[in-house]
Parts: sequence; structure tokens; C-alpha cells
Amino acid sequence: MATYDFIFDGLGLREWCDKDASDAPMSMAELLAQGAGGGGAGTSIWKLPFPSLDALNKACPAIARTRDVTKGVETGFLDIKDSLKIVLDPITQPLSWFLEGALYTFQNTPWFIMIPLLLAVVYFASKSLKLVGFVAFSILFLAFIDHYNFAMQTLAIIFVCAFLCVLFGVPIGIAMSRSDTMQRLTIPVLDMLQTLPPFVYLIPLIFLFSVTEPKLYGIAIILYAIVPVIRLTDLGIRLVDKEVIEAADAFGMTKRQKLYGVQIPLALPNIMAGVNQTIMMSLAMVVIASLVSAPGLGVLVLRGIRNLELGVGLIAGLGIVLLAVILDRVTKAALARVNAASAVQRNS
Amino acid sequence: MNGAAPMDKHVKLSIRNLYKIFGPDPARALEHVHAGVGKPELWEKHGHVLGLQDINVDMQDGEITVIMGLSGSGKSTLIRHLNRLIEPTAGQILLDGEDVLAYDERNMRRLRRQQMSMVFQHFALLPHRTVLENTGMARAVRGESRADYQDDALKWLDRVGLGGQGGQYPHQLSGGMQQRVGIARALASDSPIMLMDEAFSALDPLIRTDMQDLLLELQAELQKTVVFISHDLDEALKLADHLVILKDGRVVQQGEPQEILLHPNDPYIVDFISDINRARVLRVRSVMTENATDEGPFAGEVDPDDTLESVIAVSGGDTALSYRVMREGRQVGVLDMQDLVRALVPTSAADDGMRARAV
Repeated sequence: MATYDFIFDGLGLREWCDKDASDAPMSMAELLAQGAGGGGAGTSIWKLPFPSLDALNKACPAIARTRDVTKGVETGFLDIKDSLKIVLDPITQPLSWFLEGALYTFQNTPWFIMIPLLLAVVYFASKSLKLVGFVAFSILFLAFIDHYNFAMQTLAIIFVCAFLCVLFGVPIGIAMSRSDTMQRLTIPVLDMLQTLPPFVYLIPLIFLFSVTEPKLYGIAIILYAIVPVIRLTDLGIRLVDKEVIEAADAFGMTKRQKLYGVQIPLALPNIMAGVNQTIMMSLAMVVIASLVSAPGLGVLVLRGIRNLELGVGLIAGLGIVLLAVILDRVTKAALARVNAASAVQRNS
Repeated sequence: MNGAAPMDKHVKLSIRNLYKIFGPDPARALEHVHAGVGKPELWEKHGHVLGLQDINVDMQDGEITVIMGLSGSGKSTLIRHLNRLIEPTAGQILLDGEDVLAYDERNMRRLRRQQMSMVFQHFALLPHRTVLENTGMARAVRGESRADYQDDALKWLDRVGLGGQGGQYPHQLSGGMQQRVGIARALASDSPIMLMDEAFSALDPLIRTDMQDLLLELQAELQKTVVFISHDLDEALKLADHLVILKDGRVVQQGEPQEILLHPNDPYIVDFISDINRARVLRVRSVMTENATDEGPFAGEVDPDDTLESVIAVSGGDTALSYRVMREGRQVGVLDMQDLVRALVPTSAADDGMRARAV
């Protein structure tokens, strides 16, 4: 006796409903309802259930239940999985090689070469000795407490992922800035990538790739971190002074001349802001990605949670914060130099 | 400039029956316009903006054509049709008799690179390039290397008064200097036609006067075909060989500036000119009696291109005098001071003009 019996009786569908009554196991909710006695169903208007799939299924077993929907999604995904894999596997294989290569290089370069090299990069990007001092202190501290290797693994992953984000993100952003249709189509995808909880990326990826492959976490990080660089490239190019673009057209620049000679240089501050955000988001994701075997500081954090080793988790967390501050300050300093060097004076 | 036009001038650029309608379906709206629908009605009933309506202008080789109108009159839209930064809805644009609108992308690019250069109201310099690189922009776009254009660019920078500033960035210069770079950039492209879109409107009055003088000086030397957009009547009268007055996307009057000043044919223009200093703008040739033969006692000789202001200064304000007007040693007319004074009386603001309505 279910609430919506009358609909199917009224429509004369009773026979159809009962014809192939599903013998699927009861859902948890049903079990609970049974346990509670299930008395007085459908007596009070205040307890009228929403005509959802489950409620209708009670009245007419021929109608699917909600869990059939999730099951359908799952089987659907599993059905296309193999063919999807044939396409995706070779395309993404280079990502695995990059990550393995970077991890190997970062870990096997002796610390007494690696640390000065990093400091040199920092100096080249920021031209600030103060910042170099801070970075040196942070890295030496991490090395001193034996977190150097983990930190290098994390850095290697971010290095590869952020680089690929820029490599793909900037052209996508340029395409968006050129075509309103492209922008309209891309923005919902970006919104989805940005709001989908990071863990959710991992679920289908685990089915697609083996957990031992680096590209599994590489893809998760790239999908999550690529959004800001795309958005800000698009925005930056669209914000370039209309009159300057007009001048470029009036003097007969080709599209390519305009792109490389005017649009990208003038959008550079925005693009760099996007790169900064992308690096920060890769760092955020690299910790979550340790759930699917991404090496680095995230593994320690995970160990801290799993084994309730408070100190291990906290120290590793501190290491991540230090890395974040380093990456942020260095990219911001580079951004500030770009600003000062070129396009800041459009308001003159 | 402003001298009697030599006979061998020819039409360099010509606009024929040009229409521009903004909106989702300009072609349909154009039919309405041909059927006599006006600008306000087209907007209210059909949702289209009539930008330009039946424009016909001939621009002579080596002259400055000034297109003047208030904001919203379509003057900036019009100048952008000449190098097709905006595509017209209907009409023709002829460059040396060839229809520019038939050009494909490659021909159009060649035209923009070699035939026309443009100067912008807000300068539109590339902020990340030096002044020298900005000046050589047109040449760099054509594929020339810096070494190729450097000498030329430096020469033009010198010519506009920016010698030695080539290594600066645009933001390090004042507005007037930036516009000099804009002009040098247009000149360095070596194109016969220069489009100037409110080029001096963003500058202070004093610098603006400087720049106008610079333009006239350069023009006397280079004889380019200049199309100049302005909303300032004094500027228009000062620069124009040929003046086109736009209102609501239509040409209300065009011709020699002196002619328009003395015989305005529209209340809108009367309103416009009622405020200006006529003595400074009008010239002897516009008010003299031509081919007069009287031998009467002349107080002196004046040139037909002298302004009335200068004649008044010479005469010391005495209205009883008359002057012999001489061009190249030949008498071309007689100037009676009484005619001169009469010409100074402004046409009063028209009764049905905009000001009368505003009161």
C-alpha cells in the first residue's frame, strides 16, 4: 500500500506495473521503514512524499528506483571505459613520462647542486636578494628536518603540471578571447572544473588508469589547476585597449602580428596572475592527489591522518605552507617585474 | 593651404551614397530608410540605429578635409569606413577611382599598410614599445627590420620636435608629446593619406594650437591627403580646405569653410558659427568685391589670404578706407572697409535653431 497507488490504478496501469515486479533487494530506507512498523502510510496529507522515483516505485514496481540511476551511470561509464582508455592512454602517456622524468631529476640531483640552482632561479625571476634569503632559509630548514626529498617530489610534480597548464591554458584562453561562441561554450566547463569537489575528479580517473601510473594524479592536478590561467588569459586579452587594437588594424597588422606584438604583451600581467593562481591550485591538489599515490609532502599528511600521527601531519603541513609561500612570492615578484617593465602605464 | 586651389587637383578619396545602420538586420532597416524612415523612428519602431545616411564626400589630393560634428553625429564612424575598420551597410568608397569595398583581405591589408595611416584621439601607442619602435610600427608591420626603419623614424621624430626621445617609453611623455609620436608614426608610414580621428581633442588648448600649427606646417611641405575629424569649429576652420558638417549621420553642408561661414544653409550651422571670432577666420578674398575696376584712392594693398583681423589692425579701425587686393602683383579685387565690418556681424542664432529651442 503506497501513497501513489491511486495514480496507477486510475490510469489502468496496474497490470503493467505488476507484470515484471522487480525483485531487487530492499533499500536501506525500506528496511528502516519496515522496522519502524511502517504504520499509517498515506493517512496524513502532511506526510505526502514527493513523487520521486523511490516513492513511485513503491506504488508501481515497474518504475526504476533512484539507485538504478546511479547504477546506470556507473555501468554506462564502465561500458565506455575500455574504448575511452584506448584513446586516452596513448594521449596521456607523455604526462607519465614527464612526471617520472621530473621526479627522477629532482630527486637524483644532489642537494648541493639542486638548492643553489633553485636559488638562482628565484633570483632570476625576482631579482630580490631578500626573497632569495627567505627561500634559502625555508629549503634548508626542510632539508634539516629530513623533508627535503618529499618537498622536491612535490616541487617536481607542480613544475610539470603547472608548465602543462600554461602550455594548454594560454592557447585555450586566446581562442576564447577571439570567439564569443568559444567563450560561451568554455565557461560552463571551467565553472564545473572549478566547483567540482577535487576528490570527485579522482573517482573516474581511478577506473580509467592504473593507480600506479603518475598520469592519474597528473591529470587530476591539471584539470583542477588549469582554470585560472585560461580565464585570465581570456580576460587579459579582452581588456587590451580597444584603440590600440584599432591602431594595430589600421596599420595593417595580420592576426598573428597583432597577437604576438600587441595582445599577448599587453595581456601579460593578467596572464602572469593566472599562472600564479594555477601554481597555487596545483599545490592544493597535489596534497589531495596523494590519495592516489602522488608522492611528496601530501603522503606525510595522509599518513598523519591515517595513523593519527599528529606531529608528522603538522610538520608536513608546515612544509606545504612554506612551499606555497615560496611559490607565491616568487611568481608575484616576477609578476611585479612584468608589470613595471611594460604595460602598467596604459592609463597615461 | 587656403590658397586658391590649383586646377590640377584630383579627387583622391571619394565616398558615394554611404549608409551605415547598426542593428541585427541592417539590410531590412536600409529598405525602411530608403522608404523615408528617419533616424528617431528607425530606432523606436525597428530597433536599428541609423549611423550614417547617404554620405557623399569628395576629398581632393593634397588637401585637408575636416569632418565636423557634435558627438553622436557619426564622424568617427565615417572615418573608420575609409580604412574599413567598420564595414558599411551600403555605398562605395573610392580610392583613386577604385572601390575599396571590393578588396579582399590581402588587398585591404596592403591598403592599410601603404595607402593610409591613422592618428587616434587617445594616441593608441603601444605601451611596451619605445617611442622609436612606435614610430617605426608601420614599417615593422610591413616586415622591415629595425635597422631599415631606424633612420627614417628618427628623422620624423626630429621633424615633430621629439629629437632624442626615441629611447623613451610612451608613458614617460606628456599627452602632447605622445600625440607627436602618433603623428610621427603616421608620417613614417609614408602613406599618401592620413586619417586623423579627433587627433587633438584630448590635448590642452595651448598644446592643441601648437599641434594644429605643426600639422599645417607639415602639410605645406608634404601635401598629404588628410581627413581630419573634429568637434571643434575653430579647429575645423583653421585646418580645413574642405569642411564637411555632419549632423545625425547626414551631411548638412560641405564646402569651403569661408563659404559655409558666410552662407550657412542650416539653423544647426548658424548655431555653430554664431560664437566664433569671424575676424580671425574670414579672409579678404571672401568679402572683397571681385574684379572691381574703381581706381579710387586706396589706403594700401592687402593679400586675398589675409584675415580680416589683420586688415583691421592695418587700417587702425578706420571704416572709411578701402584697400586694393593684390595677388602676385595683380589686382584681383577691392576691399571696402564697410563691407568688412558688415561681414563681421554674426548671423544671429537661428530662431528655430537648437539654442532657441533650448531656451
